[in-house]
Amino acid sequence: MNTEATLGQYYQTDSVIHRLDPRVKLVGTLLYMISLFIFNNIFCYAIAAVFLIVVIILCRVPLTHMLKGLRPILILMLFTVIFNIFFTPGEYLWQFGILHISKEGIKTAILILIRLTLLIISASIMTLTTTPNRLTDGLEKLFAPLKLIKVPVHEMAMMMSIALRFIPILMEETDKILKAQTARGAGFDSKKLTTRIKSLIPVIVPLFISAFRRASDLALAMEARCYHGGEGRTKLYPLKYAARDILSYVFMGIYIISLTAVGIINAKISLVNAIADIVSK
Amino acid sequence: MKIIKSKDVTFEYIKRDENGEVEGINKALDNINLDVKEGEFISILGANGSGKSTFAKHINSILMPTEGTLWVDGMDTSDEDKILDIRMTAGMVFQNPDNQIIGQVIEEDVAFGPENMGVETAQIRERVDEALKTVGMLDYKKNSPNKLSGGQKQRVSIAGVLAMHPKCIVLDEPTAMLDPAGRKEVIRALRALNDVEKITIILITHYMEETIYSDRIFVMNKGKIAMEGTPREIFTRVEELEEFRLEIPQITRLAYELRKEGMRIPECVLTIKELCDALSR
Repeated sequence: MNTEATLGQYYQTDSVIHRLDPRVKLVGTLLYMISLFIFNNIFCYAIAAVFLIVVIILCRVPLTHMLKGLRPILILMLFTVIFNIFFTPGEYLWQFGILHISKEGIKTAILILIRLTLLIISASIMTLTTTPNRLTDGLEKLFAPLKLIKVPVHEMAMMMSIALRFIPILMEETDKILKAQTARGAGFDSKKLTTRIKSLIPVIVPLFISAFRRASDLALAMEARCYHGGEGRTKLYPLKYAARDILSYVFMGIYIISLTAVGIINAKISLVNAIADIVSK
Repeated sequence: MKIIKSKDVTFEYIKRDENGEVEGINKALDNINLDVKEGEFISILGANGSGKSTFAKHINSILMPTEGTLWVDGMDTSDEDKILDIRMTAGMVFQNPDNQIIGQVIEEDVAFGPENMGVETAQIRERVDEALKTVGMLDYKKNSPNKLSGGQKQRVSIAGVLAMHPKCIVLDEPTAMLDPAGRKEVIRALRALNDVEKITIILITHYMEETIYSDRIFVMNKGKIAMEGTPREIFTRVEELEEFRLEIPQITRLAYELRKEGMRIPECVLTIKELCDALSR
């Protein structure tokens, strides 16, 4: 069983983007995604695409590797595009029953395709360039203010990192149990779905028992090493903003401002055009 | 200076039936009196259910005596306020290497203890490298623990405790899940710690071979200390040891049988070399 695949899709290399503070990447990705949803015209997407291409070049992850991440979502993208092409009302170019292709349909389909591609690539850049560990650290730091309203931020981050640590161990264990049950004559490849689900019970039960045992062992070991919650804890790698992080925030600001400017100008132009249309009629 | 002093320590597990009524009381520890001097290498031998692990958990203040008192470096282990200090003084290594490694990267795991203690970042770095160097795992510091052998994982666990700078390390059957090569690795690391760093070692095990190098051995049986003495004193009492369901090392056993048959061999033989010397004389 390939246990590495489950540990996120981190791509090991050394680049500026890799070295950025995880908080910058989290905030940046979020802002970028929001920016894609606010403005819906080709000029803004062009700016967004240029921004993303610069980041792609900077992060030194091969493009082919990045596009692999798009594969599972290909079907979803195809669906949205087809639906938009065939079911958007407007100026019909072709019609057959309830199916029709309209100018507007093609336009929205293209825009949506661009938007989805940008969205997914931007999200995958974050996971490709940040280890799950740093990501958890970043989340913990970002959400730290929520501690004031008694959200257990540290505990949640700790749970996340422990879960990540135990995924490969439990995968291995599942594999062992599967083999043990197969050796005793259990069949996991029955064609009938109900039989297949039933045959999973003797795998899941021992897996849970072992997971609980491990959890209690781990809790003991953590306590023995003086773990007493997040209070007064220091870090081997504390998150500290460096010059490059501040600079990235500045770039992000410039991106948002220019995007907003283009978006507003574009909206005004189309408004003027619409008024001109009405006036000329 | 006594690092560990145990006076009439008794611990009872209370068995309850389904209605929560006391069904029976199981004395896991029965009047244990035991002193350990600073810098000693102590082994506690015992078969399954002899109470040796229960005793180990008392030293780390995970369990507290029902009766009697246990002092670690002068601190009473039932004193709630001193728990963290006690755990910093007496570190603990457990049996299953997988269930006590918390970090996803080795250096982060070793840093877990110092982080909990609130050590400064620069100092954590120093302690981690030093601890990993002591157990010979410095080259692996950036690796994932999932790719290590059992012996290596256990050495990382020892480093994790070492980085807390304890005066004493308690190891609860650290080799039970390892292959012979891993077992040797761990024991060698422990001897080096005791010799070079002068750290008090309390090794809890049921493998007699591992106790040969200790300063003193305590043999436990049914919650009581049944025998106490240097390895040579203990290993001559082959018949008694067998009564306690302990397995005598092959070489000692062979020498014992030969001596019984009338050969002129010294009373207690611990290593192959000793027996060879004795036979060739």
